[in-house]
Amino acid sequence: MDVLTIQGLEKRFGEKQVLKGLELCVPPKSIFGFIGANGAGKTTTMKLILGLLAADAGEIHVCGERVVYGETKTNQSIGYLPDVPAFYDYMTAKEYLHFCGEMLGMPRAEIIERSAQLLEMVGLFNETHRIKGYSRGMKQRLGIAQALLHRPKLLICDEPTSALDPLGRKEVLDILQAVKEETTVVFSTHILSDVEKICTDAAILKDGHIVMQGSVSALKAMRTSDEFYLVPSSSDDIIRILTAFGGEASVSGETLVFQGDEEKMFEVLKYLTDHRIPISKIERCEPSLESLFLEVSS
Amino acid sequence: MRAFTAFFKKECLDLLRTGKLYILGIIFCLFGIMNPAIAKLTPLLLELLSDSLSENGMTVTAVSVDAITSWTQFFKNIPMALIAFVCMFGNAFTKEYESGTLLLVLTKGMPRYKVYISKVTVQMLFWTIGYWLCFGITYGYNAFYWDNSVTVGLWPAVIGYWSFGIWVISLLSLLSVLSSSYIGVLLGTGAIVFLCYLLSAIPTIQPYLPTAMTDATQLMKPFEASAYFKPFIATASTGIGALLLSVPLFNHKQL
Repeated sequence: MDVLTIQGLEKRFGEKQVLKGLELCVPPKSIFGFIGANGAGKTTTMKLILGLLAADAGEIHVCGERVVYGETKTNQSIGYLPDVPAFYDYMTAKEYLHFCGEMLGMPRAEIIERSAQLLEMVGLFNETHRIKGYSRGMKQRLGIAQALLHRPKLLICDEPTSALDPLGRKEVLDILQAVKEETTVVFSTHILSDVEKICTDAAILKDGHIVMQGSVSALKAMRTSDEFYLVPSSSDDIIRILTAFGGEASVSGETLVFQGDEEKMFEVLKYLTDHRIPISKIERCEPSLESLFLEVSS
Repeated sequence: MRAFTAFFKKECLDLLRTGKLYILGIIFCLFGIMNPAIAKLTPLLLELLSDSLSENGMTVTAVSVDAITSWTQFFKNIPMALIAFVCMFGNAFTKEYESGTLLLVLTKGMPRYKVYISKVTVQMLFWTIGYWLCFGITYGYNAFYWDNSVTVGLWPAVIGYWSFGIWVISLLSLLSVLSSSYIGVLLGTGAIVFLCYLLSAIPTIQPYLPTAMTDATQLMKPFEASAYFKPFIATASTGIGALLLSVPLFNHKQL
């Protein structure tokens, strides 16, 4: 059974229809990348899953149980990490996790053990200062710890890396990858390299509905346009090649970008050989989520 | 119940670590001391001012003060303590809306009504502690300097004002659910209380208003149940009504 299913979800804010019949299934034990441009409706979808917003139409089920707006029952199966998590900053990390554990009704001994384990995992075990003095990265790591405290079946992260520096991003991604054995992770982002690094599955949200969904490798294979790059040894040759191939190539700095498949590449290579034009590099573009996303978006 | 207790403890820790508890303690203690102090110092102040007053044609005769003077002062000062209390607790909900701290609490499966009830309970508890601390200090000094028994209606009058404070808190919590801004909460609460004071100028309506519970003249009158019955029913019914209405509204508040 899918951990999360969304059927025909619609949401409107005034005149703006943000979600238009969104359909989504998240398989268990996956790291699911929820991709979309800024303002595409990712956060709205997540708030609807958490019962924090009322849907205009459609249904959401978490672990088979229907989400009802204003009620928090399904949230007992969910761990949530917002993009900028807000804590009671007069508490220490340990106090905050103990507070969360008590709210969740966990046994006292388990709260102590699990808090210590998670603080160790996110690198905050020796942190005795109040949360007020934490950096963004530390808050994000504490956010993951609080979200995982009750061993949720589903961990929802809303752009968890968008506000972090490269080191902070790596730390967060490493933690998310480490928890996939225990829980299903859904994380929204517009940083596609993050999705490629850790996700098993992904969906692309555009104009209020899912335009593509599947495993990351299957999505990459869907990329239709082929490209290859060519860097001539001398910049003088760029004009010669451009003249020969006209509209089939474009220039980006010292690089020529060709649209075309392997046949086109052979044709270009033959031209270079025939005209004895030396090159520094020729490289086929690997299909990436970024290029797929740009293709879908355009 | 554990979730409620955890949130209740969190609210108390908030008061302690943000220093609100100390400020609250100082305010109520200060007002508690000021009531008898002002009464005690009144003759001295008038004596010091007698020369300038006599130049203006006013003659100061011997002024006698007693426990009534101090208790009258209590009823003049306690509204200021209540205003300070409302200003301190007016953002109990709104600061959570603004900072987003409530999101993580609610996404832990904590029922919204428990959040609401624990916040209101803390406010009512600390109003009660502060109010009776202020009362206790004034009572102690009055007993030391004078005789409290001259104020025959003391207990109904002080219980009346405490009830009014509880009513204001229930109003504050309703406005905290309706409005997402601190200013909105304060203005809304202030406007309703002000309206009650305005309406109390109409004699036929006056006994049905919660503001009737703040009548200091009851100090001098022996307890009459009929004098308190109507305002008590009005205060209790509107206060409980506000609390009951707040729960479903909070359940459906968009955060």
